[in-house]
Amino acid sequence: MYEFTYHKPTSIADAVKLLGADADAKALAGGQTFIPVLKQRLNKPSAVIDLAGLGLSGIRAEGNRVVIGAMTTHHAIATSPDIAKAIPGLTTMAGWIGDTQVRHRGTMGGSLANNDPTACYPAAVLALNATIRTDKRSIAADDYFQGMFTTALEPGELITEIEFPLPVEKSAYAKFRNPASRYAMVGVFVAKSSAGVRVAITGAAQNGVFRHKEMEEALGKSWSPDAVAKIKTSPEALNSDIHGSAEYRAHLITVMAKRAVAAAG
Amino acid sequence: MPQLSLTVNGKSHAVEVEGRTLLVELLREKLGLTGTHIGCDTSQCGACVVHVDGRSIKSCTMLALQAEGASVTTIEGLAKPDGTLHPMQEMFREHHALQCGFCTPGMVMSAIDLVQMHPDGLTEHEIREGLEGNLCRCTGYHNIVKAIAAAWPLMHGKQVPAAAE
Ligand SMILES: Cc1cc2nc3c(=O)[nH]c(=O)nc-3n(C[C@H](O)[C@H](O)[C@H](O)COP(=O)(O)OP(=O)(O)OC[C@H]3O[C@@H](n4cnc5c(N)ncnc54)[C@H](O)[C@@H]3O)c2cc1C
Ligand code: FES
Ligand code: FES
Repeated sequence: MYEFTYHKPTSIADAVKLLGADADAKALAGGQTFIPVLKQRLNKPSAVIDLAGLGLSGIRAEGNRVVIGAMTTHHAIATSPDIAKAIPGLTTMAGWIGDTQVRHRGTMGGSLANNDPTACYPAAVLALNATIRTDKRSIAADDYFQGMFTTALEPGELITEIEFPLPVEKSAYAKFRNPASRYAMVGVFVAKSSAGVRVAITGAAQNGVFRHKEMEEALGKSWSPDAVAKIKTSPEALNSDIHGSAEYRAHLITVMAKRAVAAAG
Repeated sequence: MPQLSLTVNGKSHAVEVEGRTLLVELLREKLGLTGTHIGCDTSQCGACVVHVDGRSIKSCTMLALQAEGASVTTIEGLAKPDGTLHPMQEMFREHHALQCGFCTPGMVMSAIDLVQMHPDGLTEHEIREGLEGNLCRCTGYHNIVKAIAAAWPLMHGKQVPAAAE
């Protein structure tokens, strides 16, 4: 690992200032992606700004929304009775990330900022029509994800909270895990709320998470596994690697979508 | 160099570390606690698991400075000063839950957290799922699972509820 200066600011304003003052400064959340990257010397920050002192961890109700702090860990989300009641699909999703030790440190904000094409949170946030709040503005999920490891965040912009509109009538996540890394080979998050039916797919596409409009339409007409059973996805823009071909991933999308709808009830 | 204060196995330490020093490097190289192992560089194997403020974490994926003010427990901190083993260590021995022993410190630390997080009972399935972050290349896991199941009643001071078995 290259050496860097470590900072642990105690206010969002100070963190933003530190990040703004130095183009090579980088934010650190749970470190479950960033530290392995640093260990491989794939990144050479001059300064690392630890976000743990900003008070950004916690889950609260705010009118007809649930608001989750960016530094809230996967473990805290997976074990929150409030989340289990309001958005059960989110509970399942968070509980299936990596392993217990990764979930004890990794955060929702870190996962969303990273936007790994095989990460789970992007699917949940997109399907649940959530809004990403930053130190500067609010960004709708539909505008936030912009391709593999690419988001609407500007350099130095910090995610502070994520807000999920309630009520969510139905929600579920089905994931086919890569047995070695435990990331999603294909993950499908289905949700039904006043915003209609939304289906988000992660793990499959080269460009990361996307909404499956054809499945959304079919489920809007009839919410049942049969409604998506015959919907095929073109393998054209899907990933092909040693774990599975694009055709295999296309097939998995239908299988996982059926399972997610069945799980949502 | 930045100063760091933390407690390790009940003893307070004030040390100088670099920004990039990992918690596992601090434990092994500065404090001489070599029971915590490093088995990979992808945060997947769990040989480095220790407890930070009571929670199991991978010490290869945490900066030492992130542990400022924290209380850390390593495998060396489990046995009593007179040498009496922690029930989990005792059950690993009893059930022959190790061969080469490389993964064992991490396994034991993860297993203790797993048992603590399940005060109402722990099924075999939950044990297997709970060990997802720990890889063993020789025992074949069965005896590790048996050892953890046997440690549950010892750690909670009661029998496993019937429904959980
Ligand atoms: C063994 C293993 C298995 C895993 N399995 C899965 C899995 O199954 N599914 C899954 O989704 N993920 C998985 N992960 C990744 C895990 O969820 C990470 O926790 C997550 O991707 C990053 O979150 P973090 O808090 O650790 O962020 P960090 O690693 O600290 O940061 C990641 C990036 O985001 C930036 N960042 C962090 N927080 C913010 C913020 N608030 N605002 C702006 N930028 C920010 C950082 O600068 C950095 O570039 C796995 C990781 C490991 C090690
Ligand atoms: S050394 Fe392998 S997970 Fe830490
Ligand atoms: S006992 Fe050898 S790796 Fe587990």
